[in-house]
Amino acid sequence: MSNNSTHVASATHSDGHVHVHRDDYGAKLGMWLFLFTELLLFGGLFILYMAFRVEYIQQFQMAAKELKVYMGGINTIILLTSSLTMVLSIVALQRRNVKGSIFWLVTTITFALGFMVVKYFEWSDKFAHGIYPKGPALMEKSQGEIVFFGLYYTMTGLHGLHVMIGVGLLTAMLIQLKRKKVHPDRFVPLENAGLYWHLVDLIWIFLFPLFYLLH
Amino acid sequence: MAEHVHNHDSHASDGKIAHAHDPRYGLNLMIWLILISLTVITVAVAGIDLGEYTLFVALLIAAIKSSFVINYFMHIKFDDLLFKIFLIFVILVLLVVFVLTGFDVFYR
Repeated sequence: MSNNSTHVASATHSDGHVHVHRDDYGAKLGMWLFLFTELLLFGGLFILYMAFRVEYIQQFQMAAKELKVYMGGINTIILLTSSLTMVLSIVALQRRNVKGSIFWLVTTITFALGFMVVKYFEWSDKFAHGIYPKGPALMEKSQGEIVFFGLYYTMTGLHGLHVMIGVGLLTAMLIQLKRKKVHPDRFVPLENAGLYWHLVDLIWIFLFPLFYLLH
Repeated sequence: MAEHVHNHDSHASDGKIAHAHDPRYGLNLMIWLILISLTVITVAVAGIDLGEYTLFVALLIAAIKSSFVINYFMHIKFDDLLFKIFLIFVILVLLVVFVLTGFDVFYR
C-alpha cells in the first residue's frame, strides 16, 4: 500500500532476537472496523428514537423540558475538550515528548471522570424526583414521555458504559506509556485508544441535541 | 513498501522525524474552538422556535461537528483512501437503514 504503514516482520535471528511482527496499518484498520460495529449498535438505537419521536412528537418535546440543558451542555464541553487533550497526548508522543503525552492523557482521563460525576448528579436528581424506569413520577406520565425516558436511560446509559470502558482503556495506555511499552516509535496503541475515545465523543454530539435541546 | 522501517506517515527531514501533515497543537486547538462555538450555536438556536426545522437544524449542526471530529481528531482526512472508502460505506449503510425505516414510519 502507501508509505502510511509500518510493517515490521522478522524471523528469529541467529543472535537470539525474538520474532517481531508489527502491522500498524492493520492495527488501525482493525480498530476502525470495530468502531463501525459500534456505530451500527448506536445506529439501531437512534432509529428507535426516530420511530418513537414521529409517533410521540409532543410528548417527546414535553419530556425533553425535564432535562437540564446546562448539565448536558457542561458534559458536551467536557467531552469535546477531552477529545482535544486526547489528540494533544498523541501529538506529544509523536513529537517524542513522553512527559507531555502522559500529562495530556491524565488530563483526558480526568475529564472522562468529570463527565461521569456530572452524569451521577444528573441521574441522582432524576431518581430523587421519581423519574426512573418504573419510578412513581414517571409512571404517572403519558406513554410518550415514558418511552422518551426509557430511550434516555438506555442510550445515555450505554454511552456512559462506553465512557467507563474508555477510562479503563486510557488508563491501560497510561500504564503502557510509563512502562515504555508505548513510546515515540510505537504510538499506534495510543492512537487506537484515542479513536475509541473520539467515538464516545461523536455519539454524545448526537445524544445531546436529541435529548436535551428539542423541546 | 519502502526499503527501510519507518513510522506511520513520517518522513525523514532535517535529520529529525517529521510528519506528512506535521502533527500540530495549533490546528487541533482551532478545531476545538470551532466545536465549542458550534455547541454554543446549537444551544442558542434551540431557544428559537424554528417549527419543523428545529430537528433538521440540530442534526445539521451535529453532522458538521461530527465531520470535524472524524476528519481532524480521528485523522481520517490524513489517512489512507481505504479508510475513507470504508467510512463512506458505513455511513451509506446507516443512511439506507434510516431512510427505509423512515418510509415506514413517516407514511404509516
